[in-house]
Parts: sequence; C-alpha cells; structure tokens
Amino acid sequence: MITDLLVQGVQMTSVLLLAPLLTGLVRKVKARLQRHQGPPLVQPYRDLRRLIGKEVVLAENASWLFRVAPYMIFAVTWVAASLIPTFATGLMFSWSGDLIAIAALLGSARFMQALAGMDIGTSFGGIGSSREVMIASLAEPAMLMIVLTVALIAGSTQLSTVAGFLASPEAGLRVSLALALVAFIIVALAENARIPVDNPATHLELTMVHEAMVLEYSGRHLAMIDLASFLKLLLYVSLIGCLFFPFGIAQSGSALPHYLLALVLWLVKLLVGGVLLGVFETSIAKMRVFRVPNFLGAAFMLGLLGVLLLFVSQGM
Amino acid sequence: MIEPSAYCIALLLALSALGVCTARIRHAHYVIYAACALVCIALAWIGVVSLDAPVTVMKLPLGLPWIGVNFRLDSLAAAFIALIGLGGASASVYAMGYGRHEHEPGRVVPFVPAFLAGMALVVIANDAFAFLFAWELMSLSSWALVMAHHREKGNAHAAYVYLIMAVFSGLTLLLAFGLLAGPSGGFTFAAIRASHLPAMTIAIVFVLALIGTGSKAGLVPLHVWLPLAHPAAPSHVSALMSGVMTKVAIYGFIRIVFDLLGTPTWWSAVVVLVVGGVTSVMGVLYALMEHDLKRLLAYHTVENIGIIFIGLGLAMAFWANGLPAAAALALTAALFHVFNHSVFKSLLFFGSGAVLTATGERDMEHLGGLIHRMPKTAFAFLVGCVAISALPPLNGFVSEWLTFQAIVLHPDLPQWGLKISIPADGALLALSAALAAACFVKAFGVCFLGRPRTAQAADAREVDVFSLASMFTLAAICLLAGVLPGAVIDALAPVTQAIVGAHMPTQMDQAWLSIVPIAEAHSSYDGLLIFLFIAASAWIMAAAVHRFASRRLRRGPAWDCGFPDPSPATQYTAGSFAQPIRRVFGAVVFGTSETVTMPAPGDMAPARIEKHIHDPAWETFYAPVGAAVGATADWMNVLQFLTIRRYLAFVFVALILLLLVLALWQ
Repeated sequence: MITDLLVQGVQMTSVLLLAPLLTGLVRKVKARLQRHQGPPLVQPYRDLRRLIGKEVVLAENASWLFRVAPYMIFAVTWVAASLIPTFATGLMFSWSGDLIAIAALLGSARFMQALAGMDIGTSFGGIGSSREVMIASLAEPAMLMIVLTVALIAGSTQLSTVAGFLASPEAGLRVSLALALVAFIIVALAENARIPVDNPATHLELTMVHEAMVLEYSGRHLAMIDLASFLKLLLYVSLIGCLFFPFGIAQSGSALPHYLLALVLWLVKLLVGGVLLGVFETSIAKMRVFRVPNFLGAAFMLGLLGVLLLFVSQGM
Repeated sequence: MIEPSAYCIALLLALSALGVCTARIRHAHYVIYAACALVCIALAWIGVVSLDAPVTVMKLPLGLPWIGVNFRLDSLAAAFIALIGLGGASASVYAMGYGRHEHEPGRVVPFVPAFLAGMALVVIANDAFAFLFAWELMSLSSWALVMAHHREKGNAHAAYVYLIMAVFSGLTLLLAFGLLAGPSGGFTFAAIRASHLPAMTIAIVFVLALIGTGSKAGLVPLHVWLPLAHPAAPSHVSALMSGVMTKVAIYGFIRIVFDLLGTPTWWSAVVVLVVGGVTSVMGVLYALMEHDLKRLLAYHTVENIGIIFIGLGLAMAFWANGLPAAAALALTAALFHVFNHSVFKSLLFFGSGAVLTATGERDMEHLGGLIHRMPKTAFAFLVGCVAISALPPLNGFVSEWLTFQAIVLHPDLPQWGLKISIPADGALLALSAALAAACFVKAFGVCFLGRPRTAQAADAREVDVFSLASMFTLAAICLLAGVLPGAVIDALAPVTQAIVGAHMPTQMDQAWLSIVPIAEAHSSYDGLLIFLFIAASAWIMAAAVHRFASRRLRRGPAWDCGFPDPSPATQYTAGSFAQPIRRVFGAVVFGTSETVTMPAPGDMAPARIEKHIHDPAWETFYAPVGAAVGATADWMNVLQFLTIRRYLAFVFVALILLLLVLALWQ
C-alpha cells in the first residue's frame, strides 16, 4: 500500500519534471542534425519559468472558457500521464482509468483546446481547431483500435495488467502487435503535432495546426499549454515503451534495486525515443494537410486489421 | 405499482382535456405544465421504486371484448417509465418558461400531456391491441405538436413526412403482432410468450419489429423524419421526441425481440450490429454537414440510436451463444446509453430552445459569442456537449466505455458473421465517438464562442429561471451519472436479470465507488476519482501559479498574427469548420463537391464557392418510392372518369378473381 502510493507519487512527479527535458532533447537532436548548436537541453524549463512570470495579455472578447482551458488541459493531461506505468506497474490509482479512459482523457484535453481556439473569433484559431478535429477524428479511432488490439492480446484493458502480461514471456511475438506498433507511431506523431502531420516549430500561417489554436495565448496560460504538450509527448513515448517494449518494468512488490533499475531503463527508453523522433523529424518533410487523412487512415486500417486478425484467429 | 402509474396516465389525459378547455386563458399553461411536471415526477418515482419490485398486472374492460386492455409493470417497463417521468418533468418545467413565447398555446399545451400519456401507455401495455393503440396515440399527439407552428415554412412538409413514417411504423408493427398472435388471436403478451412459433415466423417478426421500431427510433435509412420533425416542433417537444420517444421505440424493440421472441438467433444479432454501426457513423456524418442547430441535434439522435443498437446487437450475439453474463454487460451498456442520451439530448435541445428564444435563430451561421450574453445557458450547453461527445468524467463516456468492454469480451464467438461484425462495430463506434466530439466543438464553438455574427446574437438575453433550472438539473444528472455510474448500473441489474437471466456484479460496494464490469484485473473505471484528480490538479496548479508566479493580466486587442480583422465575417463558420471533414468523409458518403467561381480580373462580381451535398438515404430509397407512388396515382387517375357500366364490370371481374383465388386455395 505504502509502496504503491510512493511509486505513484514518484511516477507523477517524475513525468512532470522530465517532460520538458524530453522536448529539449528532441530539439537538441534536431538542431545537431541540422548542424546548429541548438538551445541547451534545459531551455524548455527556462521558457516555462519566463512565461509563468510574465503578465497575460488577453484578447478583449476572451471568455472565462479561454482562461480556464489551459489549467484544464494541463490537469487532464497530467492525470492521463499519471495512469501510465512508466517504470513500475501497480501504481496506487492505476485502476481508476484504463487504456480507453486514457485515450478519452486526451480527447477531453483536445476538446477544450479546440474550443479555446475558437473563443476569440479569429480566423487562425478557427483554422487550427478545424484541422485539429479533422486529424483527431481519424487519430482517435486509430488509437482505440490499437487499444482493442492490445486488450484482446492481454485479455484486459487495464494498463498495469497489460504491461505485466506483455512483459512476460507468454506474450511472444505477434503480427497484431507489430501492426499496432506501426499504427501507434503514426497516431503518436499526429497527436503530438510532430512532422509530418504538423510542425511544432512553424509560425508560417497556413501550415499551423496546433500553433494556430494557441496563437492567442500568452504568459502563464501559454506555459500551461506548453507544459501539457510536453507531458503529452512524454506520455506517448512512455506508452510505446510500456506496451511494445515493456522489458524491465518493475512489478508490484519488487525490491528497491529493481525499482531503481526500472527507472534507469525508463530513462533509457525515453532517450532512445527522443533521439529517434529527432532523427525521424529531420529526415522527413511535412505533408500537405489533405494528405494527413490518408496517413492516419493507414493507421486506422492497420489497427482494425490487428483487431480483425485477433478476432478471426481466436476460437478456431 | 401498476395502479398508481395508471392513475398518473389518467391524470395526464385529464390534463390534456383541461388544456383544450383553457386554451384561451392567459397563463393557463403555467398550471398545466406545473401539474404535468408533478405527475411526471410521480411517474419517475413509481418507475424507480418498481425496478426491483414484483411484477404487477391490471386489466380494464375496454378494447377488444375477449381480452380487454391489459397493463403490466415489470422491471423493463419500470426503467422506461422512470425515463419518461424524468424527461417529461424536465420538459414541463422548461416549458413553463419557454411556453410564454408561444403565440397559439392551444396548439401545443393540450398535446404535451397526451403525448406523455401515450408514451407511458406503450411502456405498460401488455397486449398487442393496447400496445398499438398507445403507439398510435404517441405518434398522433406528437404529429400534432410538430404541426403546432404550421404556418412556418417547411413545417407542414415535415409533419407530412413524419405522419407517413409513423403510419409505416404502425403498419409493420401491426403485421408483426398479427404474426405473433397467429390465427387464434392470442393478442395478450402472455399468450404470445407461451406460444411456440416456427423459425420462419420468428425471422419475419424480427425484421418487421426492427423496421417498425427502427423507423420510430431513427435507424438509417428510416431516419429521414427526425431532422425534419425535431426542428419543426417547439423545443421542449423536440427534447421529448428526441430524448424520450425514440427511447420508447427502443423499448418496443427490446419488448418484442428480447422478451416476446425469446432467445435470438445469431444472424439477427449480425443484422442489428450492422444496422447499428452504419446508423451511428451516418448519423454523425449527417450532423457534421449541418448548420441548423436543431437539425444537427436531431442527426446526433440518429447517431446515438446507432450506438444503443450496437449494444443491443452485442447483447443478442452473446445471448444467442449462451453467454448470459456478457449479454447482461452489453444490455446494461445499451440501457445506460438510453438513459444518458435521454438526459443530455434533452439538455441540448433545451439549450437550443434557449438560443432560439434569445435570438430567434436556429442557423448557427447567424450566431456566435453567446457565452458572453448567456453565460448560464452556455455552461449548461457545454456540459451537454462534453457528455454527448463521450468524454470523461461525464456520463456519455461510461456507457460507451461499457460498450467497448463488451466488444473486447468474447473474441471467440464461433460464427463468422459475428467475428467480422463485432470488431467492425468497434471501429465504427470509435469513429462515431471521435466525429461526435468534432461536431460538438463545431456546435458550441460556432454558436457560443467567437464574436457575434448578427445583431440578434449580439443583443441576446439570458433566458428565464424555469428554463435554466431545468437545464442545470439535467447537467447535474450528467455529472452525477458520470462520477457515480455504479448507481445506474445497479439500478439496471433487475432489468437485465429479467431479460437475459443475468446481471452485472454489484458496483456500489466496490472500493472507491469504481465500476468493475468483470474483474479488476480486466478493466475498471472510477469516474469519481478521475473527476476529483482533474479538479484537484487544475486547482492546485492554478493556485500555485497565481500565488508564486504572476497573476497580472492585461486586456488588449486580439493578436491574430498581427492582422486582426474587425469584421466578424472573417471567423470560421459552421460550414468552414466542417470543410476538412466534409472533404475527407463527405466525398465518399455524400458525394460532396465544391465549385469555386472566380470572376475575371477587373470584374467587380464577388467570388463564390458553392457546395453540393447529396443525401444518399433520400435519393436511394425515398425519391424512387415517392416517384413511383406519384406515377401510379397519375396512371390510376383515369379510373375516376369511367362510366357506370365499366365500374360494374370491374366489380364483376374482381368478384370472379376472388372466387378463383379461393377455389385455388382450397
């Protein structure tokens, strides 16, 4: 009980504290690959501190929703991230939401964000929200298909159970899981507004999706939204780690050294994930907006294929 | 508890008569609606307490002389009586405020209690005659309400289409009950349950019941009347039709297919699953193309009916394979969604009615910025939007979560039809949930956020206290059912026990009030904790930032990348918001196309963009049938102008033909 609570506390604080570092890492890798010096790894922390300290410049016709949304987006994303067994299963509150709930929580965050984008009534906010929901309308079902694939293999949607099962030798290699992994990477790129779906570094008006939605935000509100998107990136990388590369996750009731080892392994996974993302983003060009549905449609179809395969192969 | 519910229905009918008598008295509607609300609260209470009570029956010496009129209140009927009571009470309270703006209250007030009475009678009917009589009472009284504003453009057409679909639905149910009762005329449900029907008859009755109840509920392609009739009716009636009447149709389906026909066959489950999946996605895609707020909500009813039918289809699939526990889970999911949809759809229709009262507009392209002028309505409407988009921690998520749990429960069913259709339905359900969220970002964002697009929207005023009270009550129910779903699941346990012979494990004694459909290692969800966590972390973060960092705030003009345009016409509209999705999905489903007309350089004419959308259901099914009926009528018109000798010849030929048929039959 006490261990579970402790693990939960460590997990919650570690995801919050490490999230900006992961984004800093990806930026650094991208800069180095493009032969820049790049900002230091800790730059996202500095940005956050600077933004939090600044005054908020709010558009004249902003409503309460615009001011509440950043905190809600942050809170929902953090709660979702707290449910993920990053380095250990058996978190104190992992049973309060399963994989479907995590996907839906991220959907809630996006819902708030898209609404906030429309609040001021500018054309950029509208374009961002409209494209974001178009992307989400394909990414979310693809995500749910992946969840169903994993749930069918592990016989559970409970993330701790799933990670425990997939880490055991029982799971083995499966075609459905491979399909799900490809689909999941596509979804993760889209959900985190990465190249080729969206460009986190762009401020070129017509290519923005996420940046267009948050264009009117400033100061502490922007800091909250940025922190939420850092958290989301960390969440997705950790989720890939815990679903598809679950080796080394500490099970409930392990000894302390095992926990420490698992923590180190998680950091290594994050490092590998961050570097791979940086390399991938540098090596590929951004897509036109209307090519994105095909890209995400492929993820949806892969996910559906994985689920169908499992349905067809069982009970034969 | 059957007598009190019968008294309540009698009271409603009496209120209807009173409404006719007092139609010309000012403010009489307050009294009628208040009484109606009280009776409905009583009905809801009766429904809730008789969920777990023994079955009670009642027989009145009316109707067919050899069977009378039979009523019966079992747990299934009790659940729907509670639903009608809740929907009726909230609509009546809302109407006390909303009804003030009615120009001809005599066209609305008397029919609302009659409509409620008709729906309640359908639910407690225990013989085919009473069921069909109540079904038609429900149809006709709601038709009268759709016709209430008959001088407005399009309403008469809407009522006409609705009447045709209602007659069609009644006809198929009449045939279904005729086959169920057989030649001996055993019209009571008890006699039907006791009879052993051949498999062929069961199959035909199933199809007829699906068509008959499906056309009332709004299954694609029988949904065409919903987007016409819901906007035509006054908003509290739209809420009742959409939130409650479609559920009564679902009750009819459950009563006939689950109760009267008994254990289903697996292929009928496949049919229901396919129809449900297609309905859910088509409904939400139709809604995305729409910019009339009430039509949008009507199409979302189609979507949610599809989701409910997915749950029912899953229950049939598991039941047919002898898995009562799984069937109980799927049926609970479906019934939970029935309840949820009834609550948040009523709330959303009330919200649209409030917008209509405040601005006189249903067209979203003429609204905007209402969150500043109508903050309370906006908040309640937002709660409804989050709930219907199946987002945690509100109630819509719980029922869809349960449906997903049912989908992944048994991948080992032996039939290939189910092996394919169940995962396909999972994909369609996921797609419709995501598209619904997109659609409600559009609905809320365009109507309530941004800048007002017209003077009416800029001058809107917050609505009256009755409307707000009703909306906030429903919003509170959305939250409560979302954070304490165990209470609803436990309340539904007797219903599934009575139908499929199993129920979900008791939820309210789980630790931390979480819900655990099968086992904790399998899946669990705790709406209460999730809600508390979100609230706590948002509050702590906000407090910390305000306390330790900065709380300064300055208002300035919008940034908009340095080029803010003062005209509200530069905002995204409903049409432009849905354009990417229209392009992605609409090209296949609706054959949408856009033509851009650019004037030549120097020409001062404005550039134009035209979008064309085809309605596949209307063009494939209804237009040909309508054309055929018209052509036949033209052709038969000749028969009106014949001489008496020819008419006599017709009579003679008809007589000979009938005798021939009889001779061949023997």
